[in-house]
Amino acid sequence: MAEVKVRLRVNGQQREASVEPRVTLADFLREPLRLTGTHLGCEHGVCGACTVLVDGAAVRSCLLFAVQADGADVTTIEGIASPDGDLSPVQEAFRDCHGLQCGFCTPGFIVSVTAFLREHPDPTEAEIREALSGNLCRCTGYQGILHAVRQAADAARRGEL
Amino acid sequence: MAESAADRAGRYAGARVRRVEDSRLLTGHGTFVDDVSLPGMLHACFVRSPFAHAAIRGIDASAAQAMPGVRFVLTASDLNPGVHEQWHTTIGKQMPETPRPPLAEGEARFAGDPVALVIAESRYLAEDAAERVEVDYEPLPAVVDYTVAEQSDVLVHAKHGSNVIAKMTTVPASALEPVFASAAHVVSATIHQQCYAPVPMEGRGLVVDYAKATGELTIYASTQSPHEVRQFCARLLGMPEERVRVVMRDTGGGFGQKIMVQRDEMCLMLAAPLVGQPVKWVEDRRENLLAAGKSRLEHADVKMAFDAKGEILAAYIDFVQDCGAYPTPWPLFPAAAVGTFFPGPYRVPRGGFAVKTLYTHTVQRAPYRGPWQFESLAREVLLDIAARRMGIDPAELRRRNLLRRDELPFKNPNGMAYDKISPLETFEQALAMLDYEAFRAEQAEARKAGRHLGVGMSNFVEASTPGYGAYATETAKIRVEASGRITVYIHGGSSGNSIETTVVQLAADALGAKIEDVDTIQGDTAVTAVGAGAAGSRSASMSAGAVRATASALRERILEIAAKKLGASPDEIQLAESRASVRARPETGVSFRELAALVGDPKGLEASVPYTANNPAIFVNATHVCTCEVDVETGRVRILRYIVSEDCGPMINPNVVEGQIAGGTVQGIGGVLFEQLAYDDDGNPVTTTFMDYLLPTATDVPEIEYGHIETPSPGPGGYKGVGEGGAIGAPPAVVNAVADALSPFGVTITRLPLTPARILSLLDRKATWS
Repeated sequence: MAEVKVRLRVNGQQREASVEPRVTLADFLREPLRLTGTHLGCEHGVCGACTVLVDGAAVRSCLLFAVQADGADVTTIEGIASPDGDLSPVQEAFRDCHGLQCGFCTPGFIVSVTAFLREHPDPTEAEIREALSGNLCRCTGYQGILHAVRQAADAARRGEL
Repeated sequence: MAESAADRAGRYAGARVRRVEDSRLLTGHGTFVDDVSLPGMLHACFVRSPFAHAAIRGIDASAAQAMPGVRFVLTASDLNPGVHEQWHTTIGKQMPETPRPPLAEGEARFAGDPVALVIAESRYLAEDAAERVEVDYEPLPAVVDYTVAEQSDVLVHAKHGSNVIAKMTTVPASALEPVFASAAHVVSATIHQQCYAPVPMEGRGLVVDYAKATGELTIYASTQSPHEVRQFCARLLGMPEERVRVVMRDTGGGFGQKIMVQRDEMCLMLAAPLVGQPVKWVEDRRENLLAAGKSRLEHADVKMAFDAKGEILAAYIDFVQDCGAYPTPWPLFPAAAVGTFFPGPYRVPRGGFAVKTLYTHTVQRAPYRGPWQFESLAREVLLDIAARRMGIDPAELRRRNLLRRDELPFKNPNGMAYDKISPLETFEQALAMLDYEAFRAEQAEARKAGRHLGVGMSNFVEASTPGYGAYATETAKIRVEASGRITVYIHGGSSGNSIETTVVQLAADALGAKIEDVDTIQGDTAVTAVGAGAAGSRSASMSAGAVRATASALRERILEIAAKKLGASPDEIQLAESRASVRARPETGVSFRELAALVGDPKGLEASVPYTANNPAIFVNATHVCTCEVDVETGRVRILRYIVSEDCGPMINPNVVEGQIAGGTVQGIGGVLFEQLAYDDDGNPVTTTFMDYLLPTATDVPEIEYGHIETPSPGPGGYKGVGEGGAIGAPPAVVNAVADALSPFGVTITRLPLTPARILSLLDRKATWS
């Protein structure tokens, strides 16, 4: 299959690679760009492990072809902490609240929650649960994750996200 | 002797220590198997049978092989002759094995059975080519329903001569007939559990890399037990063990599914020397739900005899289990455990069991968190049915029969001797946390208003930390580096159980080091001693034993060297804050870094002492209490409160304990309300996506409340295993809560899952009958 060149701004850097048009954004990030923090848990858009930000919006990178994202500004889990390595308030909250165990679904949660709290800095409990319902976790029973989102919401309210 | 809370003050064990795993996992820098990329790496994809049962008349791989970038299409004749031995270290060579050909040979026995292995230059290409492999199948009648498998003329393994894999009876039901015949009350039921599965968020996978020049095989695996993978692989290929190295850094959940080496994984191992360059296979979700293994799917006729006061006189279980076509491991042992543990933490004087395991043309049974949890489901659901029939409150019925501390050790009628447990204490604590009486009052008020609230409870005792065979040993190596930092090498490996953090906490305490000065290297068989991995809720106790044994030896060396340097005797030296000092003069001390520099002899500051457990098991008990509201119009169940009181002995890290309980509990809730791995009547799988196989989400789960009772175990530190209990205790608590909510309708729940449709049909049926 003929390859096409895809150019993206990823985590603040201009990146490009040539891939078949059928290559998903998730595989594009993971393979030619070697950003393997974006994980694949179902490849059919349910589990949310592959969530990345495309032009600021949380999307499932398994459901998007890389060519569809050509020219976009993408943030992956590798771009969530500050450049000097300080964890973001969402990452910090997940660590404080035991919001991860095996860590496989975690990048998708961190990215989804980051986007959610930027849009809803003062969420209700029901809004938090609804927002999280698009990401599956099999280890935590969501207990630590719910605590973490409540803690991170405090940072969001202070405008720190 | 049990240590008091004061003894533990100032130590890391017992504290909510931050996890050392998190910095990499939170930032996208973990290393899961699919993140491993090696130069020249090829990609594998399986061709799988679309039929539950079919003869394989031929395989034409020519079109696939002709595709550019396709390197190999391997079939049973290529791979299966390479099998030398095929047994797991933790199970033992002497245990019978059911047939497990790596690739299906002549016959496919479930929809998903691997028939050929395509290896190509990319995953996309391998999948394309798999579709071009022409397999000439002749569909045959299939045995899909295990309840008719014994009578069926269709055999899953013709050579075996029967679809009964194995069966066992300790005491025939007739032997207890006099007890049942003369009892004031006899309550019986047939209780069914549906098929569900571990469903880790990361599927199975491995990268095999065989170096022809040296004959060395390196495997990167998603596994709960790297050393088992290594040993199994060496035997499978007939290779010397030292030529096989297995590395796992991060495994994305296992819950039992990744303890053993399955057929797909054997195929990759067997292919490795044929290919001679790295090959990656990572299953997708469809394959995981199709072929990684099922669990649960069983039923039993259970009955209990009670005297006039509601005291249990006898308990009997006749248990039947579906094992699919190629179970791993041999299923009789776990099935017998269902019978053995059926009496639970109750004063049951008489009992016995019969168990039967069956082949069907469905995916294999594989281990899952609490593999014999059916014993608790069946017992606790039956106790609630009994309480309703006898007109006794279900809490009161349990209270009358739960074992008291002064009765321990207590040998149940099936020969299991429980000790160091506290079932009555966890039960009373959980009920007090709920305020049981207040809930009953609230329930009565709600019923008047037409709302249906219910409360369910369950008690269980679990044998954690198996102390037999390969499970009984674990070894750490600990070194004080030249920098003064401490490195702990232990089998371990992060699969979600926080074992890196646990080991660091324990080692820091044992050596008087600052926790930030301790590192751990795990999951690489080249540098860690042999161990049995994350299974049987063993990691906490066994790691504690291994760290303690080795740290004690290393500590003596440190004391000896520090004493010489500080001009004191070793028993005057204390270790704290990564320093050695004289107890009477704490200001004069020497840091671990300085000590490391002082060591001139070849022994270095390093030790490794094997640890062997001397208890056949470490018992752990818990009570789950669940309240719910059932909407009788829609059949929807909403969980209101969820309480777990657990006696896991002292906690090494309460965050980890609670996290394990929560994860298991929500898996159990999912198993009752949502999950089902289903087939149609012809054996076609119908739940191979997350749109069909429903996992619980954040909108479905309650806020879990925890209570702890602390009865130290006889093992190291008094610790007990807590990894599996949540998945054992939750199903019966949820079922009983729903049944209690619906008790005004006179329904009896004996089948799962409790989907809205099933709840409505239970209510309708009753309405039709009444």
